Amino acid sequence: MLRAGDVGVLLAGAGFVIGLTVVAWGGPRGDTAVIRAAGQIVETTALTHARTLSVKGPLGTTEIEIEPGRARVAVDPSPRQLCVKQGWLTQSGQAALCLPNQVSLEIRGRTAAYDTLGY
Amino acid sequence: MTRSVIELPVTPDDRRIARLAALAIGLTLVEAAIPSPIPGVKPGLANIVILLVLLQFGWRAAAWVSALRILAGGLLLGSLFAPGFWLSAAGALTSLLVLGLAQHLPQRHFGPVSLSVLAAFGHIGGQLALAGWWLLPAAALLKLLPVFAAAALIFGAVNGVIVARLLAGPASSGRQSASCLPPSAP
Repeated sequence: MLRAGDVGVLLAGAGFVIGLTVVAWGGPRGDTAVIRAAGQIVETTALTHARTLSVKGPLGTTEIEIEPGRARVAVDPSPRQLCVKQGWLTQSGQAALCLPNQVSLEIRGRTAAYDTLGY
Repeated sequence: MTRSVIELPVTPDDRRIARLAALAIGLTLVEAAIPSPIPGVKPGLANIVILLVLLQFGWRAAAWVSALRILAGGLLLGSLFAPGFWLSAAGALTSLLVLGLAQHLPQRHFGPVSLSVLAAFGHIGGQLALAGWWLLPAAALLKLLPVFAAAALIFGAVNGVIVARLLAGPASSGRQSASCLPPSAP
């Protein structure tokens, strides 16, 4: 039922779909993490090697974990843990906000996805 | 009883196209009743008929059946000349153009599944091109492209397998050609 060309067409179609998915859903990968406390940038660091940062806020200490290519908020004292639950951030323009503790982690790439974001 | 004075000559070809178009319209109506999780993602059952017509009677007959299906389907579903109708027409037109090119592929290697998948991509491509140009800003459509393309791939492959089985099966292919015969007593 399936001829050789059919398999080729199906494979090409699958490749096309995967390519579209990457183009449409995958944003540019970020290479820099910008960490703010109370609106002021406290640290701008490249996503090149693993390290952890501690940032003090009004509620306590927020710990930010950085690994090659990604970063996350590992520990935060805020009650609902929203920024921790966001998990790893990889794409340019992604951000995790720990509002009660006034700490934010933002990923930036070579090309900014947005001019500015208002929270 | 009034007798019609206008007699339109009807060739067996016309009857066959009308019969096949009726089949395609029926499938269009059936499909409209199937709930779909995402608007616009449909199995495209009528394309099975279009493909069978293309392979058995050529591109011209397929184009006729497709055009009649779109028009009559629009009438029956109440969407004639509504945006959905134009999307459907754009998809069918692109799909026919793709099929017109794809039917020249060597038959030894490319069977109905290839034609069906290519037609499905053509269908969704034509629809989305018109939608992006006319109805929705292209940026919003970009995020939906993978969903539609994946649906086209899956449904195109399934429809192609159905066509291949209809053409290959001795019982069903016999029925198929029998149903396409002109009626014995007009």
